[in-house]
Amino acid sequence: MREMIKLFLTIVVFSAVAGGLLATVRSATRDRIEFQQLVFVKGPTIRQIMEGASNNPVEDSFKILDGDIERTLFKGKFDGNFNTVAFEAHAAGFGGDIGVIAAINVDTDRIVGVGVTTHSETPGVGSRAKTDPSFSKQFKGMPVAEPFSVKADGGEIDALSGATVTSRGVCAAVSKIADTYTRLKDKVLTEMKS
Amino acid sequence: MAKTTVQEFTKGLWAEIPPFRLVLGLCPTLAVTKTVENGVGMGIATTFVLVCSNVLISLLRSVIPKKVRIACFIVVIATFVTIVELVMQAYAYPLFLKLGIFIPLIVVNCIVLGRAEAFAAKNAPVPSLADGLGIGIGFTLSLTALAAVREIFGSGTFTVPISGLAVPVFGPEFQPFSFMVEAPGAFVCLGLMLCIMNMFGKK
Repeated sequence: MREMIKLFLTIVVFSAVAGGLLATVRSATRDRIEFQQLVFVKGPTIRQIMEGASNNPVEDSFKILDGDIERTLFKGKFDGNFNTVAFEAHAAGFGGDIGVIAAINVDTDRIVGVGVTTHSETPGVGSRAKTDPSFSKQFKGMPVAEPFSVKADGGEIDALSGATVTSRGVCAAVSKIADTYTRLKDKVLTEMKS
Repeated sequence: MAKTTVQEFTKGLWAEIPPFRLVLGLCPTLAVTKTVENGVGMGIATTFVLVCSNVLISLLRSVIPKKVRIACFIVVIATFVTIVELVMQAYAYPLFLKLGIFIPLIVVNCIVLGRAEAFAAKNAPVPSLADGLGIGIGFTLSLTALAAVREIFGSGTFTVPISGLAVPVFGPEFQPFSFMVEAPGAFVCLGLMLCIMNMFGKK
């Protein structure tokens, strides 16, 4: 019995120390990792969905406080005006959270473009949400006020064949972005026009 | 027959070089040797984990009870691998994207657990450090050599580490032998290199 307790305690102590050490390293590197993800993952996606912008949306970003969450929004300049804003939301996919960035035109309240940033979907199946441009192109021009769902759920979006859960996840993420946009619209407009 | 610290180090570079002599760690060897940059990156990450875990396990060898030793080793190894993963994300994000799932798989790389159990648990920290360093560097050299062969013949390029530049080795008319960068080619290449090493060994 005593031996069992000793074995148990040894592992508990090891795990506790390991956990503490990892938590420290994680918080020490958190900011830097976020920056790297912005440059290598989100950046290319943002530039892709705001193609044709005369500025660099990644550099023109501002933060808005949404309740407890601080959101980062990216501005896009088209025809001399800052009229497009993009930010990220996450929704549950098949293998985990899917990160989606959507760009919205603040004058027309319509989607300008949608792009997947991070995901854990099945390679070759759900991953096509990120790699297949014809999937994300469907969202272009859709009004923010209308809900986004796949045709099987009564919506307008053609799901990826064999990847309905992933497609639903992307729709859910875009819906979240639309809702947040509508909720924060006044603050967004103030920032854009300043 | 006790070895000196230097001998513990150099054995990892030839006599007990993974994966050619110490036939361990084949999975990452086959998977990350498509380009030289990936091979070198994986080798360095594994070396760091090997050295750190060898030293720490050696320091704690009298405290770890025999019955739960594997569990304790894995906790130590997994901690260092996670640290490597976080540091790589923070300072070498493109490499992290390319190596993908093979970074967390270093935890179950038989080389790391094998050295912990076979050496670090029974030896003092300094020889354990030499052992880890030697075998780690040997592994890195093996990965680089295999990756060089596969990439030069399979893609016609040589990706210089850190810079990420894929330097074309042959002229533009070169038809790459793409078999080399695919999975079957990895096995064939590994087999050929094992064969060559055995020829040199049996003198």
